[in-house]
Amino acid sequence: MKQDVRPIDVALSGQLGSFALDAAFNVPTHGVTALFGPSGCGKTTVLRCLAGLQRLSGRVVIGGDVWQDSDAGIFLPPHRRHIGYVFQEASLFSHLSVRDNLLYGAKRVKKAGSPDAGGPTFDDVIDLLGIGTLLERATTTLSGGERQRVAVGRALLSAPRVLLMDEPLSALDRMTKDEILPYFERLHEQLSLPILYISHDLSEIERLADTLVLMRKGRVIASGPLGELQTDAALPLLSAPEATVVLEGRVAAIDERYALTELTVPGARLIVPGRHGAVGDRRRLSIAASDVSLALSLPTDSTILNSLPARILAIEGDTGAPQVSVILALGADGADSRIAARITRKSLEHLRLRAGDTVFAQIKSVALVAARAASAADPGEHQ
Amino acid sequence: MLDAQQLWSPIRLTLELAAITTVLLLVVGTPIAWWLARSRARWKEAVATVVAMPLVLPPTVLGFYLLLLFGPSGPGGWIAPIWGGRTLAFTFEGLVLASVLYSMPFVVQPIRNAFEAIGDRPLEVAATLRASPWDAFWSVALPLARPGFLTAAVLGFAHTVGEFGVVLMIGGNIPNETKVLSVAIYDFVETQQWREAHILAGGMLAFSFIVILTMFVLEKSAGRQRQ
Repeated sequence: MKQDVRPIDVALSGQLGSFALDAAFNVPTHGVTALFGPSGCGKTTVLRCLAGLQRLSGRVVIGGDVWQDSDAGIFLPPHRRHIGYVFQEASLFSHLSVRDNLLYGAKRVKKAGSPDAGGPTFDDVIDLLGIGTLLERATTTLSGGERQRVAVGRALLSAPRVLLMDEPLSALDRMTKDEILPYFERLHEQLSLPILYISHDLSEIERLADTLVLMRKGRVIASGPLGELQTDAALPLLSAPEATVVLEGRVAAIDERYALTELTVPGARLIVPGRHGAVGDRRRLSIAASDVSLALSLPTDSTILNSLPARILAIEGDTGAPQVSVILALGADGADSRIAARITRKSLEHLRLRAGDTVFAQIKSVALVAARAASAADPGEHQ
Repeated sequence: MLDAQQLWSPIRLTLELAAITTVLLLVVGTPIAWWLARSRARWKEAVATVVAMPLVLPPTVLGFYLLLLFGPSGPGGWIAPIWGGRTLAFTFEGLVLASVLYSMPFVVQPIRNAFEAIGDRPLEVAATLRASPWDAFWSVALPLARPGFLTAAVLGFAHTVGEFGVVLMIGGNIPNETKVLSVAIYDFVETQQWREAHILAGGMLAFSFIVILTMFVLEKSAGRQRQ
């Protein structure tokens, strides 16, 4: 990922209940950055400090704009920061119609005469979020998913430089989440706006995040591109039972006869059942470590479609543990996409695998984590 | 033999007193209620207690101190010559001031409750949508607290209409100036004008019923709206 010259630069510290919050991270001003960690680790506090709703000492600089610098005595109040904030509950104003909710921030931005940030127009936003038919309704008549979409629209229309989302889906049931996620993916695809997204749900992060900030007990333990952190042996993501790696791919070909889609990721071509999009479309893939097995030679009599040359970068696991995690780089030269494989210690010793060896990674299943553009065009068909 | 003027004068006076008092109370009580609802000052409950005192004090006690305060030998008496006026004791203005103090808790409490019920979140949302605190107060807090204001206005008005002890102490019984309904009823009974007493007392009974019924209905519909 190219170095961002004007990143989101945050460093905050202060006492927070029973533990000290001391969080610093530096992430790009494009794409979705997820703040991920267990409940109570300080994610929400960090986001509230970014918005100016809460005050800890430190520094908040967004794309060159200094919103807080305790050393220089700078602290902008929330209404002077160009943010959009989506709370856990939609928190719509119950005394205003949906339309007036949407326009609440927009009117004030206009009055303040802020230079047009080139943000989305009213029509763009209601289109993007599919809320055109709700405009004249009272907020009390909306469903949970509709309310949250209106809340997102309201935030977008206040011409933010960055969109802050604090677990916007956690108050919703599974079905409503699935109904809303495609809209969020669409935001990510169609707007150049950076998004900081809090979640403790890995599946949401796999679908949305480009960059990950991992938090634990008030500290940032790692931050960087999602794929890198997922294959970092020092982090808990890899050792978790559900360890998964997300890859960005592009549709290369569609096999009409067998209804298969072939996608390219750096260093490999992967085959996924079903017809997905058109040639050239971007798709996000996830490969669970437990679905990857290793072989020393290319198996010719296997039902597995994806058998790819890969190089072992590292083998991680406690001695005595029944299973180990093997970090692999796809491609014969071992320079490309990383994935992880979960294998037994018995197999490891039997095949005498070592870092640097070339093996064949057999991937039992590759999942499309998000149908992205296709489902965004028609969220109703998303399954 | 029914003297309409004799009946109408205290009614008009009472309505005027209650209306002016209610308006003043909304103006004065709102910032107090806002402060009580939002401040984290440790001594705010002490302020709340002072505001609520008239709830438990016998009205005559309040009237007594106000009389000392307003009377010729109190601070009111020293200040009065500055504008060359009379002291506030036994004047309509004095009654207004006394009523504002006396009915304060009935206005401040519902408004404070309404502000507290709104919570921080809508104001935080407004702030993230570029509304200054002042703007958020007018565009979010006030409209959301509307049911509280209705209750406050109704209670403040009704409570002022019903006061007796304070009026007697500080206003006396001057026709067209301080002789309000409750005092007039007392007078009619004293002088055995039963018919007049019946008309006014019956009117008050109906008035109270309507006031309280209105309030219950308002609160119920506000509760439904909130869901």
